[in-house]
Amino acid sequence: MSKKQKKQLYKIIISAIIFIVTILLPIPTVAKFIGYMLAYICVGGEIVIKAGKNMLRGQVFDENFLMTIATLGAFILGEYPEGIAVMLFYQVGELFQSYAVNQSRKSITELMDICPDTAVVIRDGMEETVDPEEVSVDEIVVIRPGEKVPLDGIVIEGESTLDTKALTGESIPREVGIGDTIISGCINLNRPLKIKVTKEFGESTVSKILDLVENASSQKAPVENFITKFARYYTPIVVICATILAIIPPIILPNATFSDWIYRALTFLVISCPCALVISIPLSFFGGIGCASKIGVLVKGSNYLEALANAEVVVFDKTGTLTKGSFKVNKIIEGELSKEEVVQVAAHGEFYSNHPIALSIKREYIDTKHTLDETMISDLEEVVGEGICGIYKGKKIYVGNRKLMKRFNIPYKEVNEIGTVVYVGIDNSYAGAIVITDEIKSDSKDAIKALKVTGIKKTVMLTGDIDSIGKKIGKEIGIDEVYTELLPEDKVNHMEMLLKQTSSSGKLAFVGDGINDAPVLARADIGIAMGGLGSDAAIEAADVVLMTDEPSKISKIIKISRKTLIICKQNIVFALGIKGIVLLLGALGFASMWAAVFADVGVSVIAILNAMRVLYYKVK
Amino acid sequence: MKKVFKLQELDCANCAAKMEKAINNIEGVKKATISFMTQKLTLEADDNIFEEILEKAQKAISKVEPDCTIVRK
Repeated sequence: MSKKQKKQLYKIIISAIIFIVTILLPIPTVAKFIGYMLAYICVGGEIVIKAGKNMLRGQVFDENFLMTIATLGAFILGEYPEGIAVMLFYQVGELFQSYAVNQSRKSITELMDICPDTAVVIRDGMEETVDPEEVSVDEIVVIRPGEKVPLDGIVIEGESTLDTKALTGESIPREVGIGDTIISGCINLNRPLKIKVTKEFGESTVSKILDLVENASSQKAPVENFITKFARYYTPIVVICATILAIIPPIILPNATFSDWIYRALTFLVISCPCALVISIPLSFFGGIGCASKIGVLVKGSNYLEALANAEVVVFDKTGTLTKGSFKVNKIIEGELSKEEVVQVAAHGEFYSNHPIALSIKREYIDTKHTLDETMISDLEEVVGEGICGIYKGKKIYVGNRKLMKRFNIPYKEVNEIGTVVYVGIDNSYAGAIVITDEIKSDSKDAIKALKVTGIKKTVMLTGDIDSIGKKIGKEIGIDEVYTELLPEDKVNHMEMLLKQTSSSGKLAFVGDGINDAPVLARADIGIAMGGLGSDAAIEAADVVLMTDEPSKISKIIKISRKTLIICKQNIVFALGIKGIVLLLGALGFASMWAAVFADVGVSVIAILNAMRVLYYKVK
Repeated sequence: MKKVFKLQELDCANCAAKMEKAINNIEGVKKATISFMTQKLTLEADDNIFEEILEKAQKAISKVEPDCTIVRK
């Protein structure tokens, strides 16, 4: 609790004690009156002064003013306990509200506690601790175990594991070694690392993310705007109703007394503050955005969160989004040699090559519990655009495409498979072939299934890849519609078409890796970029950034957005419902001021607690 | 120019909405948003009159909540 809040709490407690003692003690009326006054001044004096000041500045109808009129009105009618109770509860509600808001603000800041305080930089051979902002590009920074990585950079010394949980929501640590790029905000776990800084602090991942999250709540959702607008009219209308209620019925109706109707009017004033609603909506969205960042999803604004809840169609890019964008050995075809030997020969042939295809073959070989043996190879030579030939275990080997086989007259058999085919020849005979395809991400299929379960009507895949590959992958993952062989501009055209097909309230989300699909990301109702870690383009272009590259996060973020919206709606219906009922009962003379206090403060408290649920929502 | 300022002693959400509206009505303001949750004012206005507008914004804020101030860095 802050100092201000504590002071407020003491005031409430003291006032409450005086109030209760005054009610219970059998003392003369005058003494009771003095007791009530003391209790009132203690808890509400400030409000009355504020109300007076605000009125002088032309701010009528603010909550201070309304509370002052309501309570003073009660006093004039001789309802001292009620007047004080209203003020007491009002203050309790205010205190709770500010406490709750601070709490959720704090928990989100903690969540986003990725900002490093210092950086240890090596200058003139000495270690110096400085503010990360003072470090410039190309300087060498030391990160000890347990410290946060202060700036983005490349590892030049040491090997360690990094905890990226704060950034990605991922609990598995990441191994890094020399040459790896690491990003600020991760925590170095076991051994010291030396990095060469690649970006200034202002440009670093941490700064970008913090900036994004901080600004997210200034992009307001339609629901939020609706409530603010509503609040603007609600108070004056209720106050006017109260005035009418106080004056007209006693004049028109026989037997009606002013004191009775003024009392009813005062209950109106107590209910007329829209604060519960106005606070609970942004609080829910704030919680929703916080909840999303817990699982490594950054939402750039409340408006996007609301749009996500209405997502109807989800369009995916293929490479890098549903597939890894890296290659994997998919099939091995035997020739003269066994499958295992084909890979063995090919892997050694590609020994010095760093091409993605070569890497995938080597990985396949190593993954099947083999080790590459450099001593067995010699005279490796590249035939540009065709492949590699050389000597392995004393035999002449050829690893490459069809052209290479033809060049050396290897009697190869044409392979008609989807993907890249690497043929392997050994000593003038055909050893076999390896088919390499882009690998589907392990969670792509589940991601699509989960989207269907959440009620997404249609999933679409857009790809520049050839038809056979695109269709096959689409079928494997379970995508409803697949459009292949698209140029970047075709993707935008297809997007337009799909946008036209969605219903008026339904939204379309596009998921891409942000690399070459920026125009499509921008055109969609909600642009979701994947693998935001380290990719500035993705963070810039998208409305929602998935820090990891798992498509399964999409259904989760949709669930969070729906939860947020449901809670907003619950709060609106609940708050307005209770207020409406109490207003009606108040007008008819059935609701006391106590009920009115509940309709105001009680509803606020419940709405706030309800809103805070979003922050602690666990998505499955 | 677009700048973000921290707001001190911003106590009520409805007030924040009122301030936002008042600041948007100041001549020369392109767009202003107040986030109650982060207690921040984002103000977009022309460079040459920015200071002047900031003054006016502070006045508009004080009118709604006298204790609330724009923190300038």
